[in-house]
Amino acid sequence: MNLTLKVWRQSGPKDSGQFETHLIEEVSEDSSFLEMMDQLNEQLLENGIEPIAFDHDCREGICGMCSLTINGFAHGPEDSTTTCQLHMRKFNDGDIITIEPFRARAFPVVRDLVVDRSSFDKIIQAGGFISARTGSAPDGNAIPIPKEDADKAMDAAACIGCGACVASCKNASAMLFTSAKAGHLNLLPQGQAEKDARVLNMVKTMDESGFGNCRNYGECSAACPKDISLDYIAKLNRDHAKAKIKNLFS
Amino acid sequence: MKLDSKIPEGPIAEKWDNHRFSSKLVNPANKRKFNIIVVGSGLAGGAAAATLGELGYNVDCFCYQDTPRRAHSIAAQGGINAAKNYQNDGDSIHRLFYDTVKGGDFRSREANVHRLAQISVNIIDQCVAQGVPFAREYGGLLANRSFGGAQVSRTFYARGQTGQQLLLGAYSSLSRQIAAGQVKMHTRHEMLDLIVVDGHAKGIITRNLANGEHRAWTADAVLLCTGGYGNAYYLSTNAVGCNVTAAFRAYRQGAGFANPCYTQIHPTCIPVSGDHQSKLTLMSESLRNDGRVWVPLDRENCDKDPNDIEEELRDYYLERKYPSFGNLAPRDISSRSAKEACDDGRGVGQGGRGVYLDFGDAISRLGESTIRERYGNLFQMYERITGENAYKRPMRIYPAIHYTMGGLWVDYNLMTTVPGCFALGEANFSDHGANRLGASALMQGLSDGYFVIPYTIGDYLASTGAGVLSPDSPEVKESLDKVKGRIDQLTSIKGKRSARSYHKKLGQIMWEYAGMARNEKGLNKAIGEIQDLRDDFNKELMVPGSGDRLNVELERAGRVKDFLDFGELLCRDALERKESCGGHFREEFQTAEGEATRDDENFAHAAVWEYQGREKIPKRHKEELYFDNVKLAVRSYK
Repeated sequence: MNLTLKVWRQSGPKDSGQFETHLIEEVSEDSSFLEMMDQLNEQLLENGIEPIAFDHDCREGICGMCSLTINGFAHGPEDSTTTCQLHMRKFNDGDIITIEPFRARAFPVVRDLVVDRSSFDKIIQAGGFISARTGSAPDGNAIPIPKEDADKAMDAAACIGCGACVASCKNASAMLFTSAKAGHLNLLPQGQAEKDARVLNMVKTMDESGFGNCRNYGECSAACPKDISLDYIAKLNRDHAKAKIKNLFS
Repeated sequence: MKLDSKIPEGPIAEKWDNHRFSSKLVNPANKRKFNIIVVGSGLAGGAAAATLGELGYNVDCFCYQDTPRRAHSIAAQGGINAAKNYQNDGDSIHRLFYDTVKGGDFRSREANVHRLAQISVNIIDQCVAQGVPFAREYGGLLANRSFGGAQVSRTFYARGQTGQQLLLGAYSSLSRQIAAGQVKMHTRHEMLDLIVVDGHAKGIITRNLANGEHRAWTADAVLLCTGGYGNAYYLSTNAVGCNVTAAFRAYRQGAGFANPCYTQIHPTCIPVSGDHQSKLTLMSESLRNDGRVWVPLDRENCDKDPNDIEEELRDYYLERKYPSFGNLAPRDISSRSAKEACDDGRGVGQGGRGVYLDFGDAISRLGESTIRERYGNLFQMYERITGENAYKRPMRIYPAIHYTMGGLWVDYNLMTTVPGCFALGEANFSDHGANRLGASALMQGLSDGYFVIPYTIGDYLASTGAGVLSPDSPEVKESLDKVKGRIDQLTSIKGKRSARSYHKKLGQIMWEYAGMARNEKGLNKAIGEIQDLRDDFNKELMVPGSGDRLNVELERAGRVKDFLDFGELLCRDALERKESCGGHFREEFQTAEGEATRDDENFAHAAVWEYQGREKIPKRHKEELYFDNVKLAVRSYK
């Protein structure tokens, strides 16, 4: 198939950036979206033009590195799919495709389609862990965990940290990301000791990192390649309120 | 090159205990005087950085991705082995040890493997404590599944995302240490050289991928946790960014590289669909429990719709050749059989490189809903990539490079032949011999990172004492200049061909001559072709733009350059190992029925390659392997 691509180019964090239009021919419908981008880059190279920078790594939908906004959708129009798992057979010959980086104040552009998502790491560093010193653990079966709780924790833990939730939210809120990690740990008995500090610190860091407020639009969950549920946001709100009240009286 | 494996004295089950007692310790108050560099943030690197930081060392950790949580350990699906014997089915540390040595086709070091089996039980405890959501039974206890190469159920798992959950566990511990200031994390940094002073590793040179800045980092020890080299084949199940550069730079600086020819080929991957292909996707091996593998009996039927090919015109070749194991024949055997069928012109799909994995029988026996329940996510993934519905039409699969057992040679302390430079996880060679069993890679990465290196590094540091090299020293400057020179060389060739085109070509050569089956003639041919390709690369490479900012082509070119050199080393190793064992199959060494023939008399050793300088053939050394606890035997699956 032949396509017209409108791709965001930005030479560095301080550049204002602009769209560039490229025509690409003979794209195989079996290729993935990123393989189509590879093909475009090889074409640019043949003409001595520097290729378009974009983030990617595992190309099997689990590392969370790929991060393109395609025709206005984070990771493109297909549900429950990362950019690397989106295939060209979902497009038609002659389509015009717009490709932008994930946009949010807390995700500054590094170059072209590459953004800096280190604010996510900071949220995890603030409390997205259970303090378990290496070597100090009791036997794995010492604390039975009801299957249902373990499954719910796993649903939340499936988050790949890609940032599609932020890129899709008109407030650029990171509540789905933050609540997924907090929910995963708060649901488990091992996570109880640090539960209050965890939610207070993670939310505080999230707010300080420049993410917007959550207004329950739900775009985040709709765009999430791993279908993380909005229920975790509700749970984070509850856990956060409880922790605040406890703080008030302690 | 002196290869002293430093295997501790005593019976196998007591070696690790004895060793921990006889190792020197670093006083808690002195730990903060030592700086440690960890390169890579996967299971091995993430676990090591977190644990060493927690102990009080100053750690600098580096990864090329934008955050440490993306390392390719994340893609492991199946699970992690541990000799917990929670199922009461007769498992024990000794049995896990035995299975791993046998599965490795008797080419690993017994003492290391036994330690791995011992530590396996601690890993599960540690991960549970971190909040890794392992699968549970209804009673709340940990669930297990069984896996290839074992008769007991000892694999712990978190749905089909075990690697992800274990990595996120290590990442969360690492994040805690970053917040505490014990670990400094450097993302989007690539290691481009190892600084060696008076024979000791004293630091690294990195390039900041985001802004192109080169910098030297000095330390008391360097840990390379940089994964395997499967991408030497261009197409593999590795992440696109995985590369051999860090390990190869260490090799160039004097670290011995062991058994590069041991590569694992996974039989069930989605076949190549065209020239655009950038990576291959693994389909879990569990599919072979219900799927039947076949190709058409007659070549002229290859292009037919598989549903129109009658039963008697199909060749269920695994069931035919290995009646007792059938479709569950081990990875190396079923991979080779698929290749044979395709070489015979009976392959299906694009380019004739594919075989059918047919669920028709299972669906009519069990019903579609049962199959959907068991493998629904895999069928969905298959549909996404190929556009085909595997409930209606057999899947097409083909083998692909998946894991590399070879790596930097290390002693029992995980130290390479360069003192102060350690290698952990897939980057080293020690535990899997010539073939890795399923669910053992995660175990080894975490064992090395959480439980081995924290002890063994103390012994090294206590004997050398703290003393970080000054960043202004001439050795640092020299390394930095060397790296800058290499970068300038790449950008100044100004030819016409992209780095990717060379990588693709290299991959074709490797796969053709050093893939599933190898022979002397082909390997010699490969070495010649790689040398020619390298000459062409040095004349015709094009890297647009400059090195002083984010430049993806420059990154790729540097990695491809190292793969070109490394590919030749791999072929040389394959050429010299005149036997067939595990993932290394030499066509000259097989039985009349086409089974691998190992030569224990002449090849029960690890081959360790020492760099001799450019244009010189590297020197091959041997570490003899001794099997005092597991008797050498022939693997048979008939």
